[in-house]
Amino acid sequence: MASTQSGAPLLEVRAVSKYFGSVIALSEVSTTARAGEVTCVLGDNGAGKSTFIKMLAGVHQPDRGEIRLDGTPVSFASPRDALDAGIATVYQDLAVVPLMSVWRNFFLGAEPRRRFGPVRLFDVAAARRITREQLAGMGIDIRDTDQPVGTLSGGERQAVAIARAVYLGARVLILDEPTSALGVKQAGAVLRYIAAARDRGIAVVFITHNPHHAYPIGDRFLLLNRGRSMGDFGKGEIDQAELTRLMAGGAELTELAHELARDADETPGTGAAARLLADDADRLAE
Amino acid sequence: MSSVASDERLTRTSLPRRLLVRPELGALIGAVVVFVFFAVLSPTFRSADGVANWLDPASTLGIMAVAVALLMIGGEFDLSAGVLTGTTGLAVTIIATRFGLNVWVAVLLSLVLALVVGLFNGLLVVRTGLPSFIVTLGSYLVLQGLNLGVTKVLTGNVLVGGLVGHSGFSSAHLVFSSSVVLGGTYFKVSIVWWLALTALATVVLLRTRFGNWVFAVGGDKVAARNVGVPADRTKVLLFLTTATAAWLVGTITALRNTSAQADAGVGDELTFIVAAVIGGCLLTGGFGSAIGAAFGALIFGMTSVGIVYAGWDADWYKLFLGAMLLIAVFANRLVRRYAERRRR
Repeated sequence: MASTQSGAPLLEVRAVSKYFGSVIALSEVSTTARAGEVTCVLGDNGAGKSTFIKMLAGVHQPDRGEIRLDGTPVSFASPRDALDAGIATVYQDLAVVPLMSVWRNFFLGAEPRRRFGPVRLFDVAAARRITREQLAGMGIDIRDTDQPVGTLSGGERQAVAIARAVYLGARVLILDEPTSALGVKQAGAVLRYIAAARDRGIAVVFITHNPHHAYPIGDRFLLLNRGRSMGDFGKGEIDQAELTRLMAGGAELTELAHELARDADETPGTGAAARLLADDADRLAE
Repeated sequence: MSSVASDERLTRTSLPRRLLVRPELGALIGAVVVFVFFAVLSPTFRSADGVANWLDPASTLGIMAVAVALLMIGGEFDLSAGVLTGTTGLAVTIIATRFGLNVWVAVLLSLVLALVVGLFNGLLVVRTGLPSFIVTLGSYLVLQGLNLGVTKVLTGNVLVGGLVGHSGFSSAHLVFSSSVVLGGTYFKVSIVWWLALTALATVVLLRTRFGNWVFAVGGDKVAARNVGVPADRTKVLLFLTTATAAWLVGTITALRNTSAQADAGVGDELTFIVAAVIGGCLLTGGFGSAIGAAFGALIFGMTSVGIVYAGWDADWYKLFLGAMLLIAVFANRLVRRYAERRRR
């Protein structure tokens, strides 16, 4: 993975904060996303991941700090603004219309048109062809682009949404928990599509709570906890065990595991599992 | 990856199953069955005059059903569409006869009125987020009251007549309500309007950017918005479409009868929805077809006339249509389940 550490990053977030009334949703969070790299945003539920991506996507505006695109400060009034600047966001399960065919979804909102006499019509033939080509180019094997997206698996739906954003010229691709609702095999496939997008020179921002999905593909890791940054690491600055420990709440998990293990003396059935969990936590803590 | 893909291919769809997903197929089969049924029972039904006779009610219903189908695919209902055909017909008649304006001017003012109603319905639905079922039920009752009240105040009667002889009547009648002679049989010109609008609606739905947006806002409004579809504008335009169709049907009816009745169109709104549903529209939106709705209207036209030709009591008409509706709804639900089922 050739990384381009020199020059201004494609997207830079500098000490952004977001308040909702008296609630501090996000406080002084910074990270960068470079072309051809994957920046992972990790955090448990309520860590501020959603607020973070919604600021990048133009849904929310930061109260403090700034977002820089190509080194220039930008502010997005709406998702459309962010989209026009090349920042595409794929929301989990909210990116496609299930009853519509794959090709209709692929070009939804950006339909190619061709002049037929006095009118401009949706160029259906081109839409079908390009959809098939683009999906194949990303290593996505969907034989029949006429089938409703609803008949695809969760991983395939994410794939269609990712391929769509890439084709429509996204420079920054934000993926909101694309793997969280998926089985192991499908999550693996989605990680492959993320890698394909990255290899096309796109800056990918990958939101997840799963360090096992993040570490293999990530070049940079932003860890969030209760609206605060627990660190913004390059791949060389952190290993998978440390990432997992930080994500799991570290000491908290160790304590929980021992607590479960004590209870387990009375109920042997759960004991083995709890001891495994304790061993796991101890090993990670090392 | 390739081994995974070949596993998945085992559950791929067969050709018959894909045909079943065509929204208009059920209505086409239904129309053929109904035609054969009445054609066997009654020689008049299958004669050229008979065909012209049942195509006539199918045409005015069909114009509405096609517009209502587009709106339903876009995820909304318009319960005011039936009574609006009465309002627009009354407007044409009253403006021409009581205010002495040219019939064409009356027809245009009636269109403006219809568009105002459509805009009101559409804006209220998208701005408030209330179900269109309730919003248009409200405008349905308002219009029903206005039709009776305003007509009585202005004319002292519930029937407004006397369009014949007003300036512009003959040319307007020619465009909206004349007949076309084909092989010695008189076919109403409304049939031409119906076929043309069905074709236009089909092209718009399947071959334009707007059509793609209609499917999207009906299927999943949030997802459509997330990818940049102007969802509210699309829905408002669909309400304007049903209002325009109601104007056309109201005008056709008023010019044909040379009069308008204050209670015209009341109750028709449900017939439009039934025709659209028989034509494959899902009540939940996002799926359906303009051609299917046209077939649904054809089934209605054939049944209403066919029952009379067969010498039966017209009361059986409603029973038959109720049964058709239930069958259509069950069939549509199966289609939706199939379409939404995920492969695991």
